[in-house]
Amino acid sequence: MPEMTVIEAVREAMREEMVRDKAVFVLGEDIGVRGGVFLATDGFLQEFGPERVIDTPLAESSIAGVAMGAAMHGMRPIAEIEFADFIWPVFNQIVGEAARARYGTDGKMHVPMVLRAPYGGGVRGGLFHSQSPEAYFAHTPGLKVVAPATPYDAKGLLKSAIRDDDPVIFLEHKRTYRLVKGEVPDGDYTLPLGRADVKMSGDDVTVITYGLMLHHCAEAARALADEGIGVELLDLRTLRPLDREAILDAARKTGRVLVVHEDTEALGIGGEVAAIVAEHAFDHLDAPVRRLAGPEVPAMPFSPPLEAQFMISSDQIATAIRDLAAY
Amino acid sequence: MVFQVELPQVGESVTEGVIGKWLVSVGDRVRKYDPLVEVITDKVNMEMPSPVAGVIARIVAPEGETLPIGAVIAEIDADEGQIGQIAGAPAKPADTLGSLIQGVAVGPTGAANVPQQGDQPPPGKSGSPGRYSPAVRRLAQERGIDLSKVRGSGIGGRVTRKDVEGYAGEQEASDGPGDRRVPVTPVRKMIADNMVRSASEIPHVWSTVEVDLTGLVALRDEIKERFRADSGHSITYLAFAVSAAARALHEHPMFNARWGGDHIILRGRVNIGIAVAVPDGLLVPVITDADQRTVAELAAEIDRLTGAARTNELRPQDVQGGTFTVNNTGALGSMLSGPLIVPGQAAIITTEAVIKRPVVVAADGEIAVRSLMNLCMSFDHRLLDGSDAGAFLKTVKASLEAIGPETALDSPLQAGD
Repeated sequence: MPEMTVIEAVREAMREEMVRDKAVFVLGEDIGVRGGVFLATDGFLQEFGPERVIDTPLAESSIAGVAMGAAMHGMRPIAEIEFADFIWPVFNQIVGEAARARYGTDGKMHVPMVLRAPYGGGVRGGLFHSQSPEAYFAHTPGLKVVAPATPYDAKGLLKSAIRDDDPVIFLEHKRTYRLVKGEVPDGDYTLPLGRADVKMSGDDVTVITYGLMLHHCAEAARALADEGIGVELLDLRTLRPLDREAILDAARKTGRVLVVHEDTEALGIGGEVAAIVAEHAFDHLDAPVRRLAGPEVPAMPFSPPLEAQFMISSDQIATAIRDLAAY
Repeated sequence: MVFQVELPQVGESVTEGVIGKWLVSVGDRVRKYDPLVEVITDKVNMEMPSPVAGVIARIVAPEGETLPIGAVIAEIDADEGQIGQIAGAPAKPADTLGSLIQGVAVGPTGAANVPQQGDQPPPGKSGSPGRYSPAVRRLAQERGIDLSKVRGSGIGGRVTRKDVEGYAGEQEASDGPGDRRVPVTPVRKMIADNMVRSASEIPHVWSTVEVDLTGLVALRDEIKERFRADSGHSITYLAFAVSAAARALHEHPMFNARWGGDHIILRGRVNIGIAVAVPDGLLVPVITDADQRTVAELAAEIDRLTGAARTNELRPQDVQGGTFTVNNTGALGSMLSGPLIVPGQAAIITTEAVIKRPVVVAADGEIAVRSLMNLCMSFDHRLLDGSDAGAFLKTVKASLEAIGPETALDSPLQAGD
């Protein structure tokens, strides 16, 4: 199997879907001539032409609005928001309209669109190129929110998102783009949305996470294996709908649960996971569910030392796992 | 003063770069911001400016090399006063941050919530004896455990789920008054493992026939003294039983076989194991090619193997390669057995006690005293069915019942009627 980066997996998923289905097209800022600011659509303009690879004005609400209108009329748009930090103008289009279209028309209309957005920090991006917007969208019924961490998952999940008949927010962590490499099978395959994946198996502490933090958690888990602490590492992969069964199975296995995410803590994904565990696996809990999340400050700082402090490190994760194992 | 030049961050998602052409050589004098080297990434190509003024002391990274961001690519012997100006650029985050966050009062949204390693009390501090987690309470209830007796290994002596599981395990294995434990010998362990495998893997079926050994008893009574004097071995019923079984295995090869999951392996040789009781347990030495041997040779081999088993002198090859097993449980007085098949074989037979009993003799309806023996068999129902077992037992029975004064010991047993 060829090894590729996350960005290459994303690119290949979109390219294969565009070849497979004429209804699939891409639109966004700088995605055509420039090939995308992260080169996700590099070469697409030459291969598919300007009707299917559309450079848009710098107006995110129109990107989402155009995509939504096209989707309601039989197309399958992949709209790119250049950085998730610029996603807020689409909030009305996506949360107010797209998420409710099927429900509001009693199933007569639906919106098979994907909104891709590079997100996350640790890339020297500062306040306006580092944000994690997942909690805002994951709160909304009618949307699906996907956040893969590996090239294999990115490709299989993006294909499923493109083929899904309802709006999917597809969040790609910028730092994983070129940092994370992995084997990806040649050709067509899909992975189901809404399914978490056990990435490592262990008996002592369950760690539930997603995105870049998966790799920090895995690093911590590998270090702790030498201390005799076994970590069950669950990658959520899809943040809405959450894979309740997988979360509960993983929680019941060890009775000790740590949820890790880069996004800030209050009212985040970790709070929802913790609530699911507390409600449905109470009798199996051997320790309080613990969260390790970004600090409660408004944005990721630009200063490199401050940015490093904002990001959850594998050392912090290891300490939290150790504390939980000892409880 | 030597300044180490690091590969700079050149784009938001870039984590590594390829060193292109070096634009300077060792010994060159450079000013700050003079181009040093071409750096190529899949996002951008750039000429990296020199961060300091000085003389190129060393070029670390060769052209064409792929390096992570932050790797040292060159060293510059920097001019006086240069380092101070650029200090802080390559600073290591952790060093400066401690004082920044801990030493300086930060506004209300700031430091209080920045997770410092170890500054949150471990969640366990509130746990104290008498307070149990839901998992611990549930387990204790399910298994009827008094939690006050469980030693806690968690923070502050807290009882954990693993403590309860460990305690429950000990309890289940614990002894009653007067009980004592003896260690398991390696032989015992091996027998235990094999028998568990047999009982759990093989669907056993049992079958028994009654064999009239009157002819064999008479023959043996007549020749046993002379046989011992001539050969130095005793002639046992077992030798005849093994010979009869070996014959039958020839006629019914599916009994000399093993189950292979999606196929059945018919064994090429007839190697018959015989069970020998020893102080530690049980050994099963193997008579190789039992079908090739005369009754007298079988008697001699049985004598040798049982002797060697009891004196612990069996060689490894003496206990390997069995394809079928005969167990003389009759020697212990048993009249009926349900033996377990040796894993990897298809069946096992036992020869039970030979007992004189009045029976109706079929030929003329008269009652006569005859020497009778039960021949019991367990067979693997995956390979074999009841009709096969009936045919096999019938063959063995016929061979044994055909024995009379004329039966030769210097050949394998002949077929019965």
